[in-house]
Amino acid sequence: MNEQATTAASNTSRMIEMRGLNKWYGDFHVLRDIYLEVERGERIVICGPSGSGKSTLIRCINHLEEFQKGDLTVGRLPMTRDIKRIEQIRRQVGMVFQHFNLFPHLTVLENCCISPIWVQKKPRQEAEAQAMQYLERVQIAEQALKYPGQLSGGQQQRVAIARSLCMHPDVMLFDEPTSALDPEMIKEVLDVMVELAHEGMTMLCVTHEMGFAKTVADRVIFMDQGQIIEENAPDRFFSDPQSERTQLFLSQILGH
Amino acid sequence: MSVLNVDYMMGLVPILLRYLPLTLAMAVAGMVLALVLACGLAVIRVLRIPGLNGATLLFISFFRGTPLLVQLFLFYYGLPQLLAFLTQIGGITATIMGLTLHFSAYMAESIRAAIVGVDRSQTEAALSIGMTNGQLMRRIVLPQATRVAVPTLMNYFIDMIKATSLAFTLGVTELMGATQKEASGSFLYFEAFITVAIIYWLIVEGLAWFQRRLETRLNEAYRR
Repeated sequence: MNEQATTAASNTSRMIEMRGLNKWYGDFHVLRDIYLEVERGERIVICGPSGSGKSTLIRCINHLEEFQKGDLTVGRLPMTRDIKRIEQIRRQVGMVFQHFNLFPHLTVLENCCISPIWVQKKPRQEAEAQAMQYLERVQIAEQALKYPGQLSGGQQQRVAIARSLCMHPDVMLFDEPTSALDPEMIKEVLDVMVELAHEGMTMLCVTHEMGFAKTVADRVIFMDQGQIIEENAPDRFFSDPQSERTQLFLSQILGH
Repeated sequence: MSVLNVDYMMGLVPILLRYLPLTLAMAVAGMVLALVLACGLAVIRVLRIPGLNGATLLFISFFRGTPLLVQLFLFYYGLPQLLAFLTQIGGITATIMGLTLHFSAYMAESIRAAIVGVDRSQTEAALSIGMTNGQLMRRIVLPQATRVAVPTLMNYFIDMIKATSLAFTLGVTELMGATQKEASGSFLYFEAFITVAIIYWLIVEGLAWFQRRLETRLNEAYRR
């Protein structure tokens, strides 16, 4: 009885749970036995060499990638192959892509309204008012009527973040959000992400911005060859990496 | 004697223009129906819907692989022998049918190419904000594909306007049929046919002007 109560309590605070996740591309074993639990409000940074499976891992969470073995639960919903369930989960999960992936034929405002209007069936006025609020928050409201092609990379990425937030996601996934940006634009995107973190958003960020990891992450996860090699609080992770592979990786990215 | 009879040509213009509405009506009807059919065929090809995909390939292969004139004769003269209820089919209906089927085969391929050309990252972004496959097709992929497809589709429309002239071989008196009648009455063949050529040319030029305006509008979002 007591045990049941504890389980129930922990379930409500758990946002993501992966149990023995495995994925193959043909013969290539991309994800090997991934166990990961993310609590509501937790901020996770995932790093690792290219091809280590970190993007694939977070893309499994909103089923942009399919896994072949294991269990994944998002919120209280177990991931299945049922399209209704997949869509249900996607509506709780926001994602920000490396190349922004804004819709080029729509204005900034329309990019942010399209899902609230057609997926959540909100009245246009309400959707637009809400979109303007989020655009305000990422400090780009004055560009609302422009098209993505007329904005800088940093501006586009901030719009992409606003577009995701307009769906009121429970968790946000960031897939190398600053990797395609010129150096002077990285900060404006990171600032938005830091603010989001301080507001209590659950976040999983694949990034090599170690400064960001140190400031906001609750946990840093290091992946290599499809496995989670090490996970730790950021101060421990950077000052005292346990595995040789982590040490090598950190020396490579922090070494210059 | 060999000088161009301009007065005859000027007199011919208003007579021929009376048949312009029929020519345009057949072209517009053919274009609208062909577009609808082509979109359906393209979606079947893109999604590789089992069963229908094979039938679509056969359809496209046949209607692209045989002359339009042969198809028109087949519908107008051939089919009624096979299917009794088609004896009532008129030349105009047969022409619209032929234009629709023939051009939809070409248009399906260019629409398919335009859909496939929309980057996969657009689909992923749409899925990530919860859209269904239908919603992302309707709201994200097709609008972007339209911009790519419009120039080639307009080309087919231009071709279709000129192809309506084949209707005169089915006994329809449209622009070409009327010219033929006038010419055989007056024996001024050169004057008659150069007049109708200029009329077709002007229609197509008007359409090309419309095409440029449409493309400017579709490209608005992509201006820097």
